[in-house]
Amino acid sequence: MSETYTLYNSTVMEHFMNPRNMGDLKDADGVGEVGAAACGDIMKISLKIKDGRIEDARFKTFGCGSAIASSSMATELIKGRTIDEAMSFSNQEVVDALGGLPPVKIHCSVLAEEALKAALEDYVKRNPSAAAKVATTDSVAA
Amino acid sequence: MRQVFLDHQSSTPVLPEVFDAMRPYFTEYFGNASSLHQHGLRVRDALKRARQQMASLIGAESEEEIYFTSDGTESSNLAIKGAAYANERKGKHLVISATEHPSVMNSLEFLEKQGWTCTRVGVTPQGTIRLDELEAAITPQTVLVAVHHVNHDIGTIQPMREVGQLCAAKNVPLYVDCEASAGWLPIDVKEWGAAMVSFSPHRFYGPKGVGVLYRNRKARIVSVIHGGVQEGGRRAGTENIPAIVGGGVAAEIAQERLSQRVAHVAPLQKRLWEGLKLNVPYIQLNGPEPGPHRISTNLNLSTEFIEGEGQLLLCDMNGISVASGSSCVSKSLKISHVLGAIGLDHALAQGNIIMTLGKANTEADIDYVVETFAKIASKLRGMSPMWDEFEHGVIDSVIAPTGRGKSFSQHAAEVSGKSAH
Repeated sequence: MSETYTLYNSTVMEHFMNPRNMGDLKDADGVGEVGAAACGDIMKISLKIKDGRIEDARFKTFGCGSAIASSSMATELIKGRTIDEAMSFSNQEVVDALGGLPPVKIHCSVLAEEALKAALEDYVKRNPSAAAKVATTDSVAA
Repeated sequence: MRQVFLDHQSSTPVLPEVFDAMRPYFTEYFGNASSLHQHGLRVRDALKRARQQMASLIGAESEEEIYFTSDGTESSNLAIKGAAYANERKGKHLVISATEHPSVMNSLEFLEKQGWTCTRVGVTPQGTIRLDELEAAITPQTVLVAVHHVNHDIGTIQPMREVGQLCAAKNVPLYVDCEASAGWLPIDVKEWGAAMVSFSPHRFYGPKGVGVLYRNRKARIVSVIHGGVQEGGRRAGTENIPAIVGGGVAAEIAQERLSQRVAHVAPLQKRLWEGLKLNVPYIQLNGPEPGPHRISTNLNLSTEFIEGEGQLLLCDMNGISVASGSSCVSKSLKISHVLGAIGLDHALAQGNIIMTLGKANTEADIDYVVETFAKIASKLRGMSPMWDEFEHGVIDSVIAPTGRGKSFSQHAAEVSGKSAH
């Protein structure tokens, strides 16, 4: 075949084939692992947080191409953000940065948002002093 | 890059001799078989010849028992709805196996909404229909039993002779979907005592756009597509003559070369499974071992701790075309109902890949697939939190339990808040 057709757009395929920030963080400050009840995918995000800012992020994902690409993109996007900023992170950012996902795969980006927020929640739990500074903690998804 | 097509259950390329036979029916012999002039009469002859070729492939007595439709799905719809409506006064109950193709399952669901009742007979973990349950399911109101010859997902060959005898003893017509077997396994409609049998030539190097329904003269069906009186009044609509002609030639060649094709793919099937078993840890074969109970073209695999769509995509990027029954490849986000019916663990169903062989595959292809698939599995495991957690004893393997850690499904339910299925 002279031409290559792909199931997803080139950005999604690129992140699936060459995922960014894949792996775990030694001495992570917050770790979140969530599963999608709909399909059974599982995503884990680890964060390194310093002075209220996300210094580093890593992911591990059991899931389809768009789940892997979504977690890769989400970790790229949140690096450098403050906890406050990260708390209001939305899956739509992942969808937009990936140049769109098929409708049936939007839930993969939601999973990335949930994994990130679970990691932030874990951080807040481990650092009650940081919690006091974060006004929006209550809105963190469980 | 090497290109290895391992999805022959989805379709096969048209043979050059089939294509050659079809060509004049697009351009020169374009007539409509319903016309009474030379153009019509010529294609009627071609239609008759194709019917004979189809009848011969499945051991039917006469070409008059062959009906052409647009594909396997339409044939199933005609067989099931056609028999249900034709026998409505006798009873409104149908019996099928739990692992039938969606064209059968969904035709039944449609009928259930119209007031019919249906019984889905369970299968063994290998996918074989439970004959005692089948016998118990048939009632005096049962107007049709539908059991496929070979399962499209896991390749299980059903005990058709026994199913046929059971239906004959209960005097209930039997419909056999042979979509996954025609051209690859001998079919004898008389030996099974089948009232109806369906298949489509694009599974054995014929064209798409044509399906076949065999109907024994004694079986009653009504048309579900209304219009002219084509196909003995049982399927209205202009016949797709080029596809029918090509399908007939493909059937004739399939019959001639059946044992030769099987002799080619069966050793490749064994080589592929043996190779994968040796090179990929925590992999399992779903359905029977290669041998008399499994069609020689199919392997259905579950590779643990990784998901099927990712495997499929990476195979594709390495030139290998495969299918998957994982929830992630389905638009409904549900695992294949066949994998559910054999009781496969959800985690294993999610790591599912289906490889189906054909006559063009070679030993070198198989060795490339084994080598590449081992790399793909290890790449995806490197990304998988489940593999990590397995290695750290948090979760256990379903395929080879170590006795430490909780089950994948239990873990998945905990992190997702509820069980996936």
